[in-house]
Amino acid sequence: MAEYTLKVRRYQPETSEGPYWEEFKVELDPSLSVLDGLLQAKDRDDGSLSVRCSCRAAICGSCGMKINGQSGLGCKTQIGEAQAMADKFTGPSPDSATPGRGSEGGSISDSPALTGAEDVAPIVVEPMGNMPVIKDLITDMESTHWEKIRRVTPWLLPHGEAPEREYVVEPESMIDITQSMACIQCGACVSSCLSMEADPDFVGPAALAKAYRFVGDPRDAETKERLHDLAEDPHGIYDCTHCFSCIDACPKGVAPMDQIMRLRRKAGEEGIEDPNSGHHHELAFAQIIEKKGTLDEATLPKESVAYGIKGKLKPSKRTIKETLAAMPTIFRTIRTGKVRSKWLQLLFPGLHHKLPGGAQDEVKAIYRHAEEHREEFNIYISGADDVEPEPDENETEEATA
Amino acid sequence: MKLAYWPGCVSRGFTTELHGSMAFTAGKLGIELVELDRANCCGAGVIAEHNQELADTLNARTFALAQQTGLAMMNICSTCQGAQSECQQRLDADSAYRAHVNEALSGQGLEYVKGKDGFENKNFLWVLVEDYGLDRLAEKVVRPLSGLRVGPFYGCYVVRPKDRLGYEQHPDRDIYLEQVIEALGGEVVEYDGARKCCGFPVITMNRETSLRQAGTHVGDAIDAGADCLVTPCPLCHLNLDMQQPEAAKIVNRDLGLAVLHLPQLVGLALGGEPKQLGMGKHIASTGWVEERLTGAAAPA
Repeated sequence: MAEYTLKVRRYQPETSEGPYWEEFKVELDPSLSVLDGLLQAKDRDDGSLSVRCSCRAAICGSCGMKINGQSGLGCKTQIGEAQAMADKFTGPSPDSATPGRGSEGGSISDSPALTGAEDVAPIVVEPMGNMPVIKDLITDMESTHWEKIRRVTPWLLPHGEAPEREYVVEPESMIDITQSMACIQCGACVSSCLSMEADPDFVGPAALAKAYRFVGDPRDAETKERLHDLAEDPHGIYDCTHCFSCIDACPKGVAPMDQIMRLRRKAGEEGIEDPNSGHHHELAFAQIIEKKGTLDEATLPKESVAYGIKGKLKPSKRTIKETLAAMPTIFRTIRTGKVRSKWLQLLFPGLHHKLPGGAQDEVKAIYRHAEEHREEFNIYISGADDVEPEPDENETEEATA
Repeated sequence: MKLAYWPGCVSRGFTTELHGSMAFTAGKLGIELVELDRANCCGAGVIAEHNQELADTLNARTFALAQQTGLAMMNICSTCQGAQSECQQRLDADSAYRAHVNEALSGQGLEYVKGKDGFENKNFLWVLVEDYGLDRLAEKVVRPLSGLRVGPFYGCYVVRPKDRLGYEQHPDRDIYLEQVIEALGGEVVEYDGARKCCGFPVITMNRETSLRQAGTHVGDAIDAGADCLVTPCPLCHLNLDMQQPEAAKIVNRDLGLAVLHLPQLVGLALGGEPKQLGMGKHIASTGWVEERLTGAAAPA
């Protein structure tokens, strides 16, 4: 048994007060969960403390919340671990009482100074982010989660008439989507999403992971239409900012960002033109490295936005808008001397530094090999453990495999 | 200390002051850097979303070049760290896949060998804390950053995902910047954005979302009283510094906060002059940092 302080961000809509912090002292075994701690506080101190929960075993996905700024499930976070994290993120100076310096950063900077907390940091518990709060730790998941899930047509659109009995598919062909099928709709990834924080219209990690679950399903007949839909939405797959927050937040290993990258790869293979220039950005990036070995940052935006795949000028409204928007930055970097010669490379592409003697040919050889095979390797399926055969046992490798 | 050094693309392109300040700072620290000049771009996660095997093979080539030197590898870019760690995780997970990728390198006499001589690829920040040591760093300080209020800005790729970036072995990697700032005598400023996204990965795809992220974090740091930010990621630097005036327009407020590269901040404490460290090449003026430091150094 140990004593912990839970510092909970509370909101009671029936009062006219705004959100406020309240601390609860709880006493439980470090191996029990933060949710257990909250339920103890509700039982012993204040029955009005509100939290959604059901299974308490990371199956139902009800108790999504932020603990020390990190989105996850209350029932899957051990209170002892949460304490260790709170201690780590409490600044060294006595006046640094700002809560939630967690891995996604904190949420409330105007917290009151702690009183009577001695030298033990409180565990900061908040409702999920990117969602309206209904009461205390209960959020409204309708507008930011469920509506977006429905947005991606989360059901199978199969070929022709349904078969009389079940669909028969090769087990191997379903392995690829088992990861996205593991989602329990808890919303922790949505809560953590840093793209959605800046653009609430972003379709978001949970819905896009769900979309991949159907795009990757061999029984679905609308794969291309789905990819067009997700790529052509300006707030779709190319609106993800690649911050990995959803991967750390997900309690089930779904790695939503990885599913979004799969969707991008598939949309790219289909050659789908998107309004965000996401596809051209990828192609231009890959082509620059094939030609030059290292990135030429002046050429990349030009090739992404203004030019087509084979270097043909494709002026569009977006080309003009983006080019105009980039002008102040370009002129500023020239005027201040930050970047001068780089812009000349737009006129004289040969100016970019080259890889020395023969190295560029080596890079080109890699392209030929990888473009031919395009293998995709998923650690979720394979596992990360790989035992290297002993050097002198190489010959018996096959026999032992 | 001698390391195989991958400077990345941006430090030799849009942020040459990073490359220069790293050379200066390494010299002061007594770290010898063997530059991997034949190595290629890490792909920044973008090539992986185009063709995962291509990204894995490109980085396997870089690792193989580093392994030829027999030295541990160091990078100076959060994005390189993240993209390379991602590929390395896949390469290390399966010997058959590794053999397939190595097939593409065999014509070049190269091979990536898992765990060869304890091979590791570490960002300068990790090298500084784990291999160089904070005590040793503190001993080298000739101009303590007293009174300088520094906001850390990590870059997503060195803090997430935790299970890929060695946090099991090194659980404090997400507070190293704070530790370094303190070892240099500076004051850590806490603000919301330290471990959030700068927005750079979507600057081409969704300019407004991207600059709103950058502008919000810079603004939060200013509100928390920061004199400057420090980052181990040159791509974060592009959004936080080069695009700062544009970000200010999006978030509709005055900004104007110096953003230093990690080797610049360390270099200042080791006696480097701002000009020597390329601080004049920034968009957001670094003048205030200089004033703070000269003010602090002046006898009372």
